[in-house]
Amino acid sequence: MNRENSHKPEWSERIREWARDFGVARSIILLFLAILLVAALIMGLPMSQLFSSILSRFGMNAILVLAMIPTIQSGTGPNFGLPLGIACGLVAAVLSIELDMRGFQALFFAVGLGALLGAVTGYLYGLLLNKVKGQEMTVGTYFGFSIVSLMCIFWFMAPFKSPEMIWPYGGNGLRVTISLQDRFDKVLNNFLEFEVFGASIPTGLLLFVAVFCLIVWIFMRSKTGVALSTVGANPRFAESCGLSVNKYRVIGSVFSQALAAVGIVIYAQTFGFIQLYMAPLYMAFFAVASVLIGGASLNRATVWHAMIGCFLFQSILVVSMPVANVLVAENLSEVARIIISNGIILYALTRREAGGDVR
Amino acid sequence: MVVARLEMRGISKEYFGNKVLKSVNLSVAPGEIHALVGENGAGKSTLMNILFGMPVIRNTGGFEGKVFIDGKAVDITSPEEAMAHGIGMVHQEFMLLPGFTVTENIKLNREITRPNLASRFFGEKLEILDFYRMREDAKKALRRMELDLDEMLPVAGLPVGFMQFVEIARELDKETLNLLILDEPTAVLTESDAETLLQVMKRLSSQGISILFITHRLNEVLQVADNITVLRDGEVVAELESRKATVDQLAELMVGRKIEVTSRSERHSTENVKPVLSIRDLHVDMPGESVHGVSLDVMKGEILGIGGLAGHGKIGIANGIMGLFPSRGSVYMDGKEVRLNSPISALNSGMAFVSEDRRGTGLLLEESIELNIAVQAMQSQDKFLKKIILLRIADMKAIREHAQKMIKELDIRCTGPDQLTRRLSGGNQQKVCIAKALTLEPSILFVSEPTRGIDVGAKKIVLDLLVRLNQELGVTIVMTSSELAELRSICDRIAIIYKGRLEGILPIDASDRDFGLLMAGELSYHRKEAS
Repeated sequence: MNRENSHKPEWSERIREWARDFGVARSIILLFLAILLVAALIMGLPMSQLFSSILSRFGMNAILVLAMIPTIQSGTGPNFGLPLGIACGLVAAVLSIELDMRGFQALFFAVGLGALLGAVTGYLYGLLLNKVKGQEMTVGTYFGFSIVSLMCIFWFMAPFKSPEMIWPYGGNGLRVTISLQDRFDKVLNNFLEFEVFGASIPTGLLLFVAVFCLIVWIFMRSKTGVALSTVGANPRFAESCGLSVNKYRVIGSVFSQALAAVGIVIYAQTFGFIQLYMAPLYMAFFAVASVLIGGASLNRATVWHAMIGCFLFQSILVVSMPVANVLVAENLSEVARIIISNGIILYALTRREAGGDVR
Repeated sequence: MVVARLEMRGISKEYFGNKVLKSVNLSVAPGEIHALVGENGAGKSTLMNILFGMPVIRNTGGFEGKVFIDGKAVDITSPEEAMAHGIGMVHQEFMLLPGFTVTENIKLNREITRPNLASRFFGEKLEILDFYRMREDAKKALRRMELDLDEMLPVAGLPVGFMQFVEIARELDKETLNLLILDEPTAVLTESDAETLLQVMKRLSSQGISILFITHRLNEVLQVADNITVLRDGEVVAELESRKATVDQLAELMVGRKIEVTSRSERHSTENVKPVLSIRDLHVDMPGESVHGVSLDVMKGEILGIGGLAGHGKIGIANGIMGLFPSRGSVYMDGKEVRLNSPISALNSGMAFVSEDRRGTGLLLEESIELNIAVQAMQSQDKFLKKIILLRIADMKAIREHAQKMIKELDIRCTGPDQLTRRLSGGNQQKVCIAKALTLEPSILFVSEPTRGIDVGAKKIVLDLLVRLNQELGVTIVMTSSELAELRSICDRIAIIYKGRLEGILPIDASDRDFGLLMAGELSYHRKEAS
């Protein structure tokens, strides 16, 4: 504690501090990834293909992970209610098909409308979170589950007519998976795409993600963003600054759900399909795990944490799939994904510091 | 000569290099009521913690000196051992289970049980409570105090006074009890309940139980105690017989004048200056520090001290005005009314606050020094922002420059403006809090307990800093502190709060006796007597 006399800390101490900040969990994940990569090399797997796959999966999930930042910073914890925003994005995406849009027009329509719907539902979700202070994560998880089930009814009842989306044999409701082949499948990925050593770089996708990183980064540095972080860091302090704690928690939720809606549209764009019904059920967990791997805690997160975490998480999935298929059995990568994501969330929960509000 | 029931010899105790007890001697005879009086922080609680073997003593390096019980040297290392030696303690906060009956509370963890079939196989824990005998015991303990209380009532609905008696009855029920420690037992009681308690104490002492009685109410001391020990700054300043003592004398001994160098060269005269802040009938609902109708004027350019004992509401005043706790009444700043319960309107009217709850309310512990200093001014006064297109973005460069200026001016010892405030020492954290408040460029600065929890050297630096702000920048300062000496060293006048009300305002050169009387509420006591 008594560090006031040493104005310049020793190098060894700096390195130790840096190592501590880096965290045990991240080190283990990094080590795991290194082992996987070495294994992939030894087995002679096509590295260029793996690399482009990593980049594309990274871009596909990045915005969903970014959506964690506003809620974590505003003190409501990782957004386990992500399926709400995802549902909004999905509604916007199927509407773009119903209105017979194509290409960038369809994509931007889906992104714009999704963000709008996400913001509106995020407002209502924020009001709910203010009623359950201290329980946001549990309530959010079950709220997410409920929304997915509720949306199942919607997908089944909604009066969509487009033959690409309803069941081929007619009747009511949308299909489980809707192909985007003639709509906005990979429009971003293919934009300015080029190859390096046989690995294709999805330029448009990465640019789009970069723009959103910048938006979040700037927002967190705006007056509102600083207020939001203050509320999350210490509600009593925020009150003494004249800030309304509830208001900024709602703003965090609005921003997060809007990002979630955009995120799922981009996800569908890269994937090539819109997945309805139960597909969004566990998406929140993967996004939460990603940001936590990146070094975020349950009450502090930055754009860097989200990006690093998303990259590490997706890399492991991409590399472990072929390695596991060769070494053990098929489908192990899905098991690995669940073990890693749930394990990381569990780890973060055990490290939660008790009591944010010291009254 | 009779062997003393309790004798403590040469007790010294240090907390992190801070001497809180200096070679204290205390002796209590059998059946004696011995009063221990002193200001907050005089060392009364520490002394009792030592006697009762509280773990906090051991965890902070133990103590020096010897304790004798009935003439035998003992080494008490846990409350259980203290109880085994016949020492019982009734704490300031009640330790009762509200949903349980009086009997159950009295016999808690010492229940009388009967074996049954299950307990023969699975051990004592499954034995049946012998309620009949437990009731008898509870009745007996209550009868010793000559109290008429149904032992089967649940504690939850009892008046506060009776809860206190249940606590005492629990101690009495322990057969070995011969020394009872009462820590400010009358603090929460009404006058008639306090009266009853004093009667009970006398009765118990006539049954041969020694009582060690800690209190602030001096007239009670004179009423019941046989002997009095006065503690001040960890030292015994007087041991007297209560027959020969007077309230005035005790008040003077308790407060005492401490020799402390002050850096205050000139002081303001408060005459012919108009008030910059007027408080009228302020009520604040702050747990443990509630305020019940304070009216007070703060003059321009002065340093006003607010003093009083802990729990009497002095801290509630600033917290209420700054909108941090629910309050009502009216506050006028330069003649304009300030909206209460709204931190932003308090800040906008030119008030700033350095909270007594430094780590809870005062700082963002996980954030950098520079952000801590800037964030309040940014949010309430739009400082440190630059406009980019439509957004107002934090101007990190301006924040850094300002932080560096503050670090230099207030001499905050740190590795740089980006160091986390959690890593700073208490004194430097306090300076960050002051820097944060100064960034608002306030015309009135409220400072609550500025030296709480920081070491002696840093205390002086913080106090000097406040004086400098007052003299060089002309900031009016309202300082709340539990340490009277501290208030006297830098303030122009000192308001004393007692039971949530203003008891009186004294110039700093008023006698120790007057301060002591105000803090102990003796004036209002006498006023009531007279009317």
